Amino acid sequence: MNLVLPRLNLHAASDVAWRSVALRGWGRLGSAPCQAARPERLREVADAVTSINGRNIIAHGAGRSYGDAALNGGGAAVLTARLDRMLGFDAATGVLVAEPGVTFADVIRVFLPQGFLPPTPPGTAFATLGGAVANDVHGKNQHVAGCLGDHVAWLDLLLADGSTRRLSPTQDAPAFHATIGGIGLTGIITAMALRLLRVPSNAMRVRRRRVGGLDEYLDAFRAARGATWSVGWVDALAGGAALGRGVLETAEHAAESVAIPAAGTRSMPFDVPGLLLNPLSIRAFNAAYWRRVPARGEERTVHANRFLFPLDGIGGWNRLYGARGFHQFQCVLPEAEAPRGLRRLLEEVGRAGAASFLAVLKWMGRPGLGMLSFAQPGFTLALDMPARPDSRALLLRLERITRDHGGRLYLAKDSALSPQGMAEMYPRLEAFQQVRARLDPRGRFSSDMSRRLGLG
Amino acid sequence: MPAVTETWLVLGGGSTIGRAFAQRAAAAGAAVLLAGRDVAELERSAADLRLRHGVPATSVLFDALELEAHRGFARACATLAQGNGHRQLNLLLAFGIMPSQAECEADPLLARRMVETNVTGAASVLTALAPVLRGQGGGVVVALGSVAGERGRPRNHLYGATKAALAVFLQGYAARHARHGVRVLNLLAGPVDTALTWPLPRLPFIASPAAFAAQAWCQARRRSGQVHLPRIWAPVMAAIRAVPDRVFNRLDL
Ligand SMILES: Cc1cc2nc3c(=O)[nH]c(=O)nc-3n(C[C@H](O)[C@H](O)[C@H](O)COP(=O)(O)OP(=O)(O)OC[C@H]3O[C@@H](n4cnc5c(N)ncnc54)[C@H](O)[C@@H]3O)c2cc1C
Ligand SMILES: NC(=O)c1ccc[n+]([C@@H]2O[C@H](COP(=O)([O-])OP(=O)(O)OC[C@H]3O[C@@H](n4cnc5c(N)ncnc54)[C@H](OP(=O)(O)O)[C@@H]3O)[C@@H](O)[C@H]2O)c1
Repeated sequence: MNLVLPRLNLHAASDVAWRSVALRGWGRLGSAPCQAARPERLREVADAVTSINGRNIIAHGAGRSYGDAALNGGGAAVLTARLDRMLGFDAATGVLVAEPGVTFADVIRVFLPQGFLPPTPPGTAFATLGGAVANDVHGKNQHVAGCLGDHVAWLDLLLADGSTRRLSPTQDAPAFHATIGGIGLTGIITAMALRLLRVPSNAMRVRRRRVGGLDEYLDAFRAARGATWSVGWVDALAGGAALGRGVLETAEHAAESVAIPAAGTRSMPFDVPGLLLNPLSIRAFNAAYWRRVPARGEERTVHANRFLFPLDGIGGWNRLYGARGFHQFQCVLPEAEAPRGLRRLLEEVGRAGAASFLAVLKWMGRPGLGMLSFAQPGFTLALDMPARPDSRALLLRLERITRDHGGRLYLAKDSALSPQGMAEMYPRLEAFQQVRARLDPRGRFSSDMSRRLGLG
Repeated sequence: MPAVTETWLVLGGGSTIGRAFAQRAAAAGAAVLLAGRDVAELERSAADLRLRHGVPATSVLFDALELEAHRGFARACATLAQGNGHRQLNLLLAFGIMPSQAECEADPLLARRMVETNVTGAASVLTALAPVLRGQGGGVVVALGSVAGERGRPRNHLYGATKAALAVFLQGYAARHARHGVRVLNLLAGPVDTALTWPLPRLPFIASPAAFAAQAWCQARRRSGQVHLPRIWAPVMAAIRAVPDRVFNRLDL
């Protein structure tokens, strides 16, 4: 639709503007000072990557990863937030072509009224599509829909030399599979084609019911395998016979839409002093939350956002954990190992008195496509733990238990995994490193996380 | 989707503020013409506006420094706006450059380029578009002025001078075309978090582009003349203007 006029002026390559920033992960465990560029046009991404003079570089999306996946202390970062344009949509196939800084919230705002959802929405709509591909994120429909990478038709990847390659299952498949879940280490995704999920309405019928303990929980998940969406909240402070008790939520799309909830969000304007979050207050909160669900269960129809992103209504909730920040631990254990492994994990966390409000249990179906995708069949458990002097030791013990049971940790959440643990949990790591060596021979793409994990 | 009743021509459609304003206008159902030099980029933004808001959005090649092309450009824009099925074309003047004072002092050609872009180019294209606005019975012109134009500061007085010149031009332009239904609003903008200000150290009261655009859109609906945006800059600039020279000169602003 351009107006065709003779080109009047050749656009000069712009100088890249860098600024010193201190980036943080969502867990606010510390800040990583680096030089950041924030391109607003496609060409500026290549300009940034090729002008860093030997420094290493990483893409940074919305910073919703909890640990150091998107941090690069002492190096450079490309902030993708301003590359947020939707470039094309085919209503017949549901394929959206978009820049990496488009968020799940953007996609939902535009396409839910037209009957589409992002295929695998993570628990926050503020994540960017680029960041979500780089972690191959999963949603509460993982057992049916797989991970985000399963719905990517192609990606444009900007390489260290400034060139861009289109990758897909049929165009350089190894590079495609390394980039999906590749935590930004193969290059910068500058565009992608994503198949959206067709839905009948903007609403979901959500069923919630109490589950009394761990074994009952795992059975309940299996029994709910026919549900389109399922997720469980676990009271990680309950022990003994109540160990693993919680609330299971399953949901189906409603036939009719509901009114869109008001946009206003509450927000957390300051850090909550650590004192407020002591084991007693958390215990009381968790117990009350559990009891609030009637014993016979309940069913409600809500806007999809309410079910998919329950925490997004409270802006900056991560400040709840105070200035020292918090760790999130998320692992997945194979189905056969889950009963014993999850019990050991919950007991370990209980002994340390380290858990908090947000523990989430979910049953996973097929594995992710990516070489470093997290998902594998089995059960995944995620918990928040306020940072304390003994946190790292505890995380190491949890890593140990996860390894004993053949599980793996989720890099999107991780801040403490060891290099040995990484190598053991991710059997395709070597293949991944080979693709990286081919795409980025000088090792330009690197992050605090990749260095911590011994990946260079 | 309500029928499209107006088209906003964003001069400098690739600027951060221009993009944010275009989003706001499109969200309100307006058609958008994005004018600038990097048409491939503008076309990406236009696609986004069409997808997000279902409004017509088109890119148009425009260079503020190519003065001879401005009249043809104005006619082309009028034609494009008419293609949207109505005759209400409004303008947002959102291009401009801001090299640092030091760069301008070291490189007089760069200094000239800034004056030619921010002043000569702005005056030229608005002049070329005046007949279009008058011909359709009026229209709204919103321009990105700056608080920098209200008092010259050591750090950016050449840039400030271009915005002061623009302000005076806009006053006369408004007076000249008011009779024909043309309404002009000069936004005396404080810092906005854009590509222009990204390399600078943290600025006070910096506004997000979306918040700034929302306020600009509201003001554009009802005001003319000059308005400080964000509003906090009205009292702040009143105070800064009142500081006596001998004190002001000792502050290294
Ligand atoms: C409240 C909450 C709930 C969550 N729930 C879930 C959940 O249910 N399921 C789940 O899977 N995850 C979940 N997450 C994790 C989140 O989805 C991922 O961390 C996601 O990657 C965040 O996206 P981001 O845009 O913030 O990316 P960032 O955190 O900024 O970056 C993540 C990684 O992506 C890379 N990256 C970013 N942009 C690009 C790009 N353009 N090209 C290449 N690499 C890039 C970065 O280098 C980094 O390695 C949750 C997070 C929060 C805060
Ligand atoms: N950001 C602030 O804090 C602030 C404060 C007060 C006022 N303002 C003013 O607001 C306006 C927009 O600023 P911004 O911050 O959004 O800036 P920006 O993102 O840096 O954009 C500046 C735009 O000016 C365009 N431009 C430069 N020379 C041009 C030329 N010869 N012909 C056509 N277009 C040209 C560029 O177009 P191309 O796409 O072709 O490169 C670019 O899109 C400017 O006038 C600025 O002075 C900004």
